[in-house]
Formats: sequence, structure tokens, C-alpha cells
Amino acid sequence: MNGREIVLSAIRGALSGVPGSERPDDPPHSHGRRADHAGPDVVGLFAERAAEYRATVVRVPAADAAAAVGRALARTGARSLVVPPGLPADLVPEGPWSLLTDVPPLTVGQLDAADAVVTTVATAIAVTGTVALDHGPGQGRRVLTLLPDQHICVVRADQIAPDVPEALRLLDPYRPLTLISGPSATSDIELDRVEGVHGPRTLDIVVVGEA
Amino acid sequence: MSGADNVVWLGTPAFPEAARAALADTRLRANLRRATGTIRDRRLAVAAELEDWEELRETAATIKRRTLRHLDHHLLRLEKAVTAAGGVVHWASDAVDANRIVTALVKATGGGDIENHEVVKVKSMATQEIGLNEALADAGIRAYETDLAELIVQLGGDRPSHILVPAIHRGRSEIREIFRREMGEWGRPAPEDLTDDPRDLAEAARLHLREKFLRAKVAVSGANFAAADTGTVAVVESEGNGRMCLTLPETLITVMGIEKVLPSFADLDVFLQLLPRSSTGERMNPYTSLWTGVTEGDGPRNFHLVLLDNGRTATLADEVGRQALACIRCSACLNVCPVYERTGGHAYGSVYPGPIGAVLTPQLVGVENAASLPFASTLCGACYDACPVKINIPEVLVHLRAEAVEAKRRDRLLPTSEGLAMKAAGAVLGSPRRLAAVQRLAAVGARLVARDGRIGALPGPFARWSGTRDTPVPTRESLRAWWRRTRPPRSEDSSTTAQGEERR
Repeated sequence: MNGREIVLSAIRGALSGVPGSERPDDPPHSHGRRADHAGPDVVGLFAERAAEYRATVVRVPAADAAAAVGRALARTGARSLVVPPGLPADLVPEGPWSLLTDVPPLTVGQLDAADAVVTTVATAIAVTGTVALDHGPGQGRRVLTLLPDQHICVVRADQIAPDVPEALRLLDPYRPLTLISGPSATSDIELDRVEGVHGPRTLDIVVVGEA
Repeated sequence: MSGADNVVWLGTPAFPEAARAALADTRLRANLRRATGTIRDRRLAVAAELEDWEELRETAATIKRRTLRHLDHHLLRLEKAVTAAGGVVHWASDAVDANRIVTALVKATGGGDIENHEVVKVKSMATQEIGLNEALADAGIRAYETDLAELIVQLGGDRPSHILVPAIHRGRSEIREIFRREMGEWGRPAPEDLTDDPRDLAEAARLHLREKFLRAKVAVSGANFAAADTGTVAVVESEGNGRMCLTLPETLITVMGIEKVLPSFADLDVFLQLLPRSSTGERMNPYTSLWTGVTEGDGPRNFHLVLLDNGRTATLADEVGRQALACIRCSACLNVCPVYERTGGHAYGSVYPGPIGAVLTPQLVGVENAASLPFASTLCGACYDACPVKINIPEVLVHLRAEAVEAKRRDRLLPTSEGLAMKAAGAVLGSPRRLAAVQRLAAVGARLVARDGRIGALPGPFARWSGTRDTPVPTRESLRAWWRRTRPPRSEDSSTTAQGEERR
């Protein structure tokens, strides 16, 4: 017998007490939202909770989005900005930074040397202050938001889901998915929280438009 | 305790011996008290934010128990979905099997220079359980742990002490010393002017590991969950080292216990609400990575999923003990456990410490190989209250205690000391007269050996009992004696009853 058959037959042996009439999905249980954890002000809650994760959150009208991205770059003194394919041109700010596009793909060395990246998101979660990327157009490959030290996320107010179940329903499981709640952090040394161990040390979230 | 060959690291002294040393370490106890207290408070605060917390726990428990009852069905669905998404599924019946599979996969990435003889790893309980790092080292492959705490443990030649914060037993100055001494041996040395500020230490780890991430060709990870319907695998973490491992290398090998499968992607919503809140006391952990097979142009080109049994099917066969397989490794039970808080994780001699370790480890290795662990508990039930998937740990502990005694009896073909003691206790408790006599004797005897109201070490057959606990001195007068003295019987009823019991 190979490993597969050995394990499967051991499982079946272990489960010989389970009646053959019982179906794997008996009894059915309902998915989805069980209680409203978000309240009426979904956008406000998202901004508050993301900020509690030490992300820098600003809310701006659509026309001011690029300028807000520029202010985030100016704050950290970033000199280079990675722009993923498919990012709306009106989100790219003018300024004293060089723009790096990922077509053809940048090397890990180039990305490691880059200061910042700006992306859109697939959805966001108000209750947990989370942004979710499916790495589609405007978000880029996973590594783009991993190596540069500053990640600037542009979130449209209408993309914010109240809670985890709603957000998961909006995501395509067949795409790579990254849920991000605040900058990289560790509490491994005497439980002191330190930002930026391996991932980006700085997370900026620009919430665009009204709820 | 003799070693078991499917799980590393049992074979250290049994729990009572190991705990004695840990209890004497006052700094360890202070670190643990502070850490567990902090996480405990945070967990309570964020759990209280969700008014349907109890309903979520109930749903999670239902999903897990139901999935386990049809585990073969769900694993076959998972295999099909992962394969369809471009991954390769392997089945490993034990540690040797799993290590052989992973070693062969790493070697098959071929080439011949340094990159092909090292792997980066994101913290994984399953690979610790099977001793993968040691097995890879035997094959000439260096495995680098990339979680900060795991790095501290690895560089220190140490063992993890906690599921969530493995280096919780280490203070900052110790960590600084380990970094200064060991980092150069493994790669980029620690900076000359390294201080013991956690910020500084984290930066040193970042620089040390970054060069490894950027050149790594193979990564090994565990899995928190895998959805059978889509083949999606999930890893939750905080530092970004997980994302590095899951994104940068060409080959990703994930070793997953067979119990981690969930029926559907939609089930994740329940567990992504419960896990971070139970674990770190956060609403969400900083990073959750989800992937389904391989994606063209993004992340690893090869994905291997190793499904690990290693004692899980034996656990599954026990209808009481099976519920331990529902564990999502949040560590909430450790943080509320009065025993863990005083002894720390090392005393358990197992990759899985604390209350969950006391029920999971003996089942994975066979209760005769970890016979002291089911007794490493006060049965206070705090772990059951804290568990997000409602594993009735006290119930399983009691069940395993019976099994441990039974195993000992089988082994010796003689009555055990527990058996004899229980028989004697049965005879005494079955008769009010005998009980009263023993109580009188005990009160006198105890007073003779007691100091400061406590009974310490006793000689002879009592030594093993008295050596591991402080026993309070019995009162001078038993309740029955006091009752008789202060309330003389009003009628014949009470004495008739007593005599009736006596005759029976």
C-alpha cells in the first residue's frame, strides 16, 4: 500500500462507528453573518479600526486621492514608488520620486531597494480594520506589497465590507489572497509590540469618497 | 517516560520531574505570569466585542466535529481541488514518511549549489512535531526558521515554550546574547552595536533573514486551514515572514495535519473570526495568506501539499479523545491554565504544551509514552471555557487518565498503586464507620507530620503523592463527628439508616 491508501484506510477504520447513513453535510449549518458587529457607520469604523492597528488612515474626496498618496510618500521621504499594472493613472502622484512599473517584472533586488508601493484593494473589512488584496489589476503580484517598506493602499468607501463573512464572499478563492491588518508586527520579545519585522513597516490607507 | 519515534522530544524527564525544575525558576515564572496575564486580558476584551461569540464557538465546534466524522471524504475533495489548481498532494502516514517526502522534494529542486541545500521555514507545529529540521539536517539541508521567536529558539539551540510565542521564556538581554553569539554562524552576523531594545533586535532579525528570503528556492510552511471545496490553503501570521516564504521561493512545500481540512472556503469566516481573537487577542492578525495551487506569474511555480497522519488516525479512532483534533492551535488554553502558567511549556516535553498538549500528545504518541501528561492538570476547566472550538479538555484528560492507568496495569500484570489506593478508598468510603475511624486516625497522624498547616514529604508509599503537592492538614474533627456532637439524633431514623448502610 502507498501512503495515500494507508492513511485513508486508517481513517476509515477509525470512523467505523459513524453510521453509513450519515451524510458529510448533516446537519446543515448556515453560513454568513450571525450578528451585526459593524453598526451603521461602516466607513468610520473601518478607519478607526485600521488606525488602531497603527496604519495611517486618511479620508479624502476622489479628486484628492493622488495628492493624499503624495503626502504619504513625502512623510516617509520615499524616493521610489512601485506602480502595479492596472493602477488607475489618477492615483499616481507627481513628485520627487521615481516610478517603477512591474512590466516587465521587477527583480526581487529592485523591489527590495524600492521605498514604497501604491495599490488598490479587492475589498476591506470594517470590523477588523483589514484590507484584502486579490492581486488583480491595480494590486500587482504579491511580492510588490511585501518587499518595499511602505505600502499605500487606496480603498474606495464603497469597497468596505462590514465584517469578515461579507468580505470573504466578495473574494475569489482561486486568486492568491492577502488580508492585511496594519503593518508587519511582532510581539515575540517580552510581548513588546514592534512594527516592521519582515513586511512593510509603514501602512498608509487612503479612503476615497463618501460612504 | 520513554520516547516515541513519531514525535520529537518526548524522552525528557516526565512532567512531575520537569515541572519541579521549572517551578524553581523564578524569572521564568515571572515572565510567564506577565505574558499569559496580558494575552488573557486582551482575549477577553476582543471576544466580548462579538455578542455572538458563543454562537461562533458552537458553529466552529460543529464544523470541526462533523468534518472529522467524514475526514476521508473531505481529504479526497481537497486532494482533487489542489491537484486541479496545479498543486501536488502527498500522503504521509508518519514522521519518517513525511520527512522522506519533504527531503526528496527539496533535493529534486536540484542544481547543485548552496541554494539547493537550504530551505526557509515559516513556523509550523506539524513540522516541529515530526522533527523535520533535524531530518533535513541529516540529509545535508539547512532549514532556517524565519518567525522571530522561532529564530531565537533555533539560534539558542532551544525548544519552544509556547505555541504562539515560542521564546516567551527568554528575556531581551538573553536574546541579544544569542543573536550576538549565533547569527554569524548561520548567516549575516548581528550588528556590533546591538542593544537589547526589542526594536533593535527585530531589526537585526530582519537584516539577518532578508538575505535568506531573497535567495531561497524552497520554502516549507504549515497550514492553519485548507478548504476542501476550492483547495485553498490559509496561513495566518504577523511578521510577514510567512508571506515571504509563501511568495518568494520557486517551490513551496506545505505540511499539514489531516485534521486541518475544512469542508468549504465559506467556513473560513467562522475561524478567521475566532482564531486571532483567541490567540493574540487581536481582531485580526496582521497577515493572512490564502492560495489555491499555483498562480501563473505570481508566487511559487511548484506547490506541494503533504497530508500528515502521524498518530492522528489513532486519535480519531477514540470517540472521546477525537475532539482534540478540532484544535486550531490558538493557545488560549495555555494562557488560562494555572499549571502551564507555573511550569511553562518545556515541562510538557512535547511540541504541544499546556492543556491541549496534555490531551493531544499522549494520543499522538500512545498514552503509555506520555503517561504523566494527562495528570498535568488541576481539571479546573478554564481551558474548556477558553477553547474557541469547545474541546472538552477536562473530559479527555479524565478519559486519558483511565487509559494511562489501564496501560500501566497491562504492562505490569499487577494491580497498580492507584488501583490499590482506590480499592482501599472504596472500602473506607463505603462504610461510615470505617470512614470515621480513618478520619480520626488521619487527623492525629497528619498533625504529627505537618508543618505550618501543610503536609510536606511523607515516607514510603505516600512519597509519590506528597512529593508533588502540598496537602492541607485535615481538621481535628470530621463533619460527621461535629454533627453528632452538636446535634444529637432526634429520632431513631438516622441511626437505622447508618446501620442499614453499614450492613450493605
